[in-house]
Amino acid sequence: MVDQHRINEIIDGYGADRMNALAILQDIQREYNYLPRKSLEWTAERLNVPVGEIYRMATFFTSFSLQPKGEYMCKVCMGTACHVLGGPRILEALERELGIKAGETTSDGKFSLEAVRCLGACALGPVMVVNEEPHGYMTPEKATNLIRKIASSDVEKVAAPQPASERASARPTVDLSGVPPAG
Amino acid sequence: MAEQHRADVIVSCLHGRCPDLIPALQEEIERRGLTTEVEVVESGCRGLCAMGPVILLQPEGIFYTNVQPADVPELVEETLIKGRAVPRLTYKEPLTHKDVCYYEDIPFYNKQMRHVMHKCGMINPESIAEYIALDGYQALAKALTEMSPEEIIAEVKKSGLRGRGGAGFATGRKWESTRQAEGDVRYVVANGDEGDPGAFMNRSLMEGDPHAIIEGMVIGAYAIGAHEGFIYVRDEYPLAVRNLNMAIEQAREYGLLGEDILGTGFDFDIRIVRGAGAFVCGESSALMQSVEGKVGEPRPKHYHATERGLWDKPTALNNVETWANIPLIINNGADWFASVGTERSKGTKTFCLVGQIANTGLIEVPMGITLREIVYDIGGGIPGNGDFKAVQTGGPSGGCIPADQLDLPVDYDSLIEAGSMMGSGGMIVMDNHTCMVDIARYFLDFLKEESCGKCTPCREGIRRMLEILTRITQGEGEMADLDTLEALARTVQNASLCGLGKSAPNPVLSTLHYFRDEYVAHIEEKKCPAGVCKALIEYYIIAENCTGCGLCRRKCPQQAISGEKKEPHVIDLELCIKCGICHDVCKFDAVGVR
Repeated sequence: MVDQHRINEIIDGYGADRMNALAILQDIQREYNYLPRKSLEWTAERLNVPVGEIYRMATFFTSFSLQPKGEYMCKVCMGTACHVLGGPRILEALERELGIKAGETTSDGKFSLEAVRCLGACALGPVMVVNEEPHGYMTPEKATNLIRKIASSDVEKVAAPQPASERASARPTVDLSGVPPAG
Repeated sequence: MAEQHRADVIVSCLHGRCPDLIPALQEEIERRGLTTEVEVVESGCRGLCAMGPVILLQPEGIFYTNVQPADVPELVEETLIKGRAVPRLTYKEPLTHKDVCYYEDIPFYNKQMRHVMHKCGMINPESIAEYIALDGYQALAKALTEMSPEEIIAEVKKSGLRGRGGAGFATGRKWESTRQAEGDVRYVVANGDEGDPGAFMNRSLMEGDPHAIIEGMVIGAYAIGAHEGFIYVRDEYPLAVRNLNMAIEQAREYGLLGEDILGTGFDFDIRIVRGAGAFVCGESSALMQSVEGKVGEPRPKHYHATERGLWDKPTALNNVETWANIPLIINNGADWFASVGTERSKGTKTFCLVGQIANTGLIEVPMGITLREIVYDIGGGIPGNGDFKAVQTGGPSGGCIPADQLDLPVDYDSLIEAGSMMGSGGMIVMDNHTCMVDIARYFLDFLKEESCGKCTPCREGIRRMLEILTRITQGEGEMADLDTLEALARTVQNASLCGLGKSAPNPVLSTLHYFRDEYVAHIEEKKCPAGVCKALIEYYIIAENCTGCGLCRRKCPQQAISGEKKEPHVIDLELCIKCGICHDVCKFDAVGVR
């Protein structure tokens, strides 16, 4: 459940400053994978702005979600380079495989599928990202195989490519910093 | 780049490609007892993305591509111990397969002019010492101790530097207006909200050489009299945020940022603001709204940001690449900078060369270079059996430039004349497998989502144009649609509030202008010449090529393909959903599109 104490910690980390509303919402989204309704109300109260204003921000910026997301977040890149190289066909294949449309989550809560704008990994196109781990040079077949593999075995997560200084203390999660601009 | 080592092994583009490469190198070097002689440097982007990870061995200049941990023992034995190259790992020309051993001989690099990116891929971006070792922060010291703010502005004006974010406004003039605007508080802002799909230059710069941006901003702040600065970074770039934050901390420790910089009494500090996925926030007034902690909607420009920007104070907002050019100008002088480029576009520009091109990657070229040189000499041409069709520049605000304009010089003014624009530097190469009507539809679909909805011409106009284009791609267009499209495009162009809307019709207008025949083919013949628009194509088996291997039959998600072993198969068009998987998997070119 949403922990008011934790939300307050995040807000206090930014000095409860209205100017940092965006950063606060980003941190809450990172924590819960979406923006729970209560968190918006508490944020508004603490920053002393109408809750409508916070709601407006939460719906304006595309990186926020008001709905909980699936265990595996599959993002298919729809940037120009990926589009030219066949990105839409990857998305269609996954929609078929998962039986959901882009923007939806499977009923078992396992997969969410999203079409996203350029991930900045254009040279790897077409690219898809599963839980922030990039997969390049996709084909419809490779994409469906990947999903099947995850569904059947909960594939072991591939180790995060980490910057040298952090490598010593291995973190369990991977982030998109992993994607080469190389794309 | 430590001086005491005999050799440096500089490794680039590990992210996501091969996390084990550096540990493997370090282990092997230790095992062979070379630790004191050889240093492994983890560096930023070197641009040749298609062949990463890449390794540059200095001082010899040997360049290896696609290096995997399994290659490491041989690499260390042959190159670091015996001093000769491993031919298997050297660069191969994509089309001719010619071997090129040395970095400086590779056409991808030797036609480039890496000024802004010269430290990217050479130094460890996490180390301020390495930045300083390559003359870093020298320009800052020179500017703060030897130059007056007016002299700096004069130098930047003289250099002819124009904004690298796309519109190309003269940077020196912008600074001058900001300095002269009324008020005590002024701000400098760096735009790192690279939202154009198909572009990652700013990302590579922020990740690979963050100090260059910071140094440029301190010099700019001193010149215009600002004490606070902001870098607005896309949320999709966490490594950029991390490296910039680290660089800011280090600069503060070294007395290059914060109070009393270099003992000159000048105070200036920088904060990072993360964006949250809104393309419109690349627009200056929307970006500033967002920095203020509000929804990123553009404002009408009754006042320029140089007079009333952030919190209504005079603000100099420049792209991160513009900022990174400043130390170069101060160090080498305006004349040096202006010696490169064309009459009205000076210096170099970074581009992301992606799409249907052999050498995908990040490049930096002198202004005025031709598209042909970029596509064929640096890019290595079109892979496979494709024919060059167009280059798309300027992101969703830009246009498509056709093959007969390949000799167009790449500068601000020529690109605008050709119906496109410089933009931040995305350059997407398209071949005959790209449908230009679909591309126009694609960009409008992007812009429909990203239009903030504040002004009617942009919000409604884009939707109506998108409806027409969608109809055409579905084979339901009429010739009269083309006139309606053009009229709508002009209205949106003239009546929208901000740059997003004003430039939104460019993809439509430029494809209509150069590729009208493709529109006509969709409308009159109900055909998609590129074989992209689903409603207008069908897949079929080319019987004489089909060996009856049955692969397509097994892979078809619809069971639409049937046939006996070793006999030509057939596709049931009633069942076919045109997913194209049969076409992908066939090894005998036996699946055609018509």
